[in-house]
Amino acid sequence: MRKLDYTTIFFAIMGSFLFLFILVPIANLMISADPSSILNNLQDKEVMSAIFISVYCALAATLIAVIFGVPLAYILARHDFAGKGFVEAVIDVPIVIPHTISGIALLLIFTSTGVIGAPLGQLGLVFTDAIPGIVVAMLFASASFVVNSAREGFESVDPRMEKVARTLGSGSFKTFFIITLPLAVRSIVVGSIMCWARAISEFGAIIIIAYFPTTAPVLIYRRFVDFGLSESTPVAVILISLCLLLFLVVRLIMKGWRTYDKN
Amino acid sequence: MIRIENLSRDWEGFKIKQVSLDVKKNEYFVILGPSGSGKTMLLELIAGMWPLDSGKIYMNNEDITNAPLEKRGIGFVYQNYMLFPHKTVFENIAFGLKLRKIGKKEIETSVNEMMKLLNISHLKDRLPRNLSGGEQQRTALARALIVYPKVLLMDEPLSALDRKTRDELMLVLKEIHQKFEVTLIHVTHNFDEALQLADRVAIMKHGSISQVGDVEEVFRHPANGFVANFVGVENIIKGTATMDGDVTEIDTGNTVIVSSEQKTGPVHITVRPEDITLATQKVATSARNVFQGPVKEISDLGTLIKLTIDIGDPLVVFLTRQSFLDLEINIGKSVWTYFKATAVHVF
Repeated sequence: MRKLDYTTIFFAIMGSFLFLFILVPIANLMISADPSSILNNLQDKEVMSAIFISVYCALAATLIAVIFGVPLAYILARHDFAGKGFVEAVIDVPIVIPHTISGIALLLIFTSTGVIGAPLGQLGLVFTDAIPGIVVAMLFASASFVVNSAREGFESVDPRMEKVARTLGSGSFKTFFIITLPLAVRSIVVGSIMCWARAISEFGAIIIIAYFPTTAPVLIYRRFVDFGLSESTPVAVILISLCLLLFLVVRLIMKGWRTYDKN
Repeated sequence: MIRIENLSRDWEGFKIKQVSLDVKKNEYFVILGPSGSGKTMLLELIAGMWPLDSGKIYMNNEDITNAPLEKRGIGFVYQNYMLFPHKTVFENIAFGLKLRKIGKKEIETSVNEMMKLLNISHLKDRLPRNLSGGEQQRTALARALIVYPKVLLMDEPLSALDRKTRDELMLVLKEIHQKFEVTLIHVTHNFDEALQLADRVAIMKHGSISQVGDVEEVFRHPANGFVANFVGVENIIKGTATMDGDVTEIDTGNTVIVSSEQKTGPVHITVRPEDITLATQKVATSARNVFQGPVKEISDLGTLIKLTIDIGDPLVVFLTRQSFLDLEINIGKSVWTYFKATAVHVF
């Protein structure tokens, strides 16, 4: 057996604190709900619709984040320009500000009289207390996961490889799609899943801009306020099971995914 | 063939300064310089990977200064190969042909031929990460050559390889140079590569070119102190080597010089002047190389005197001032030179 030195043992003891701090509450939550009440809730239309709205809106937010975030990530990975630091900081801002503040900031411009809400409202796109409001709240809170992860992916692809592809006759746009993207796709997928998971769990911004239609975190909050722990716990268990299942599936897929050594 | 005029570019902390070169069709041109001299930058500028601050690039008299890199007909091979890691050897080589919308059958035939030429047919379905350095470089060469570039730029193509593989690949490069109608520009810091491969050589220093010329000319007559220090060799002689037992005999056309290094075929040899002994009479010695000839040139370097002796080929020998006076040497005087077979370095 490998001999462990005191430093390793000490650090392992210290480190396991955080691990357990996260694991114990989640594990406890999973076992504390009464199975029959979980079954009842699974048949509850309100619960199922809330979970569906959460998953579906989060997926929409993630798609938008990928469409606009991947090009941004590529620019940030490949170019230096004046104000780059500012752009990077702005992308990360939603992570550091309270989500209720994000909600207020979004509401101010997406409300029916706001700078974006007013013109889009005339086209029939309403944000307050509507699905689009949930999507923008989710997008705001979680887009940075896609940008940062995709950027790391692009940075791991040597720009000289792209240049060699171009000397062989591939245009720059084509090179991106046949060389760079396939090599960075793993990071982009990981970032998207983080983005999706973060979007499903968004609460603070959503209750400000779109309390209705009810998303799963909002429903759990409402059940807790109205009826207490016993009513909110089963819904919480259902939602967290779903999230963990997705997380697990994705981990398994990623594990089987071929990774390439950097040259 | 490819002509560059006053190429300049300023990077943060590094500059390419007013570089002009004229490389002829089918020439093997080597740019030799110490690391940090800007050789890679220069190649990347020629390939069109960076915009120029000033200067012009012409290919067959056509201005390609602003042409996008995929339209230049310039191939590029990097020191660390830059193979596409998600593609097999076959797919890597086929890459350029696929872009040209060539039929599947035709691609397969060409790629197979190219793999055969470079001796990598057995690696067809392997991914780059499962290849040795030499195999990767052969694949990279195949990938670049299969689209028949007019000019192939190679950035330190042999530097990451071990000695044996490097020697093998040098032969491959020679073969490619003969078989393909391609102008080769090869950048290196390695003196041997220049000697073995180059038709002409340019010496680069701090982002500018110090000297351009035939290999022997540059090595024998360095234009300045930097070139002399970097490549300067006093005695460099061309010849054909044949093995004779455990030694190599190099026939220069005028004399036969013996070396303990083993090599055959067309070679260059160098002998350091300090390894050569001089006498005014024939003496008994263990040295395998003994030549008699007249003194052609005497130049005073201060503490040392440099003599050029005609032994059929010119041979440079250094003497201290005292020995020079003791031997009573003057121009035209016949002297004996001795050097051991181990002192003869064969390239």
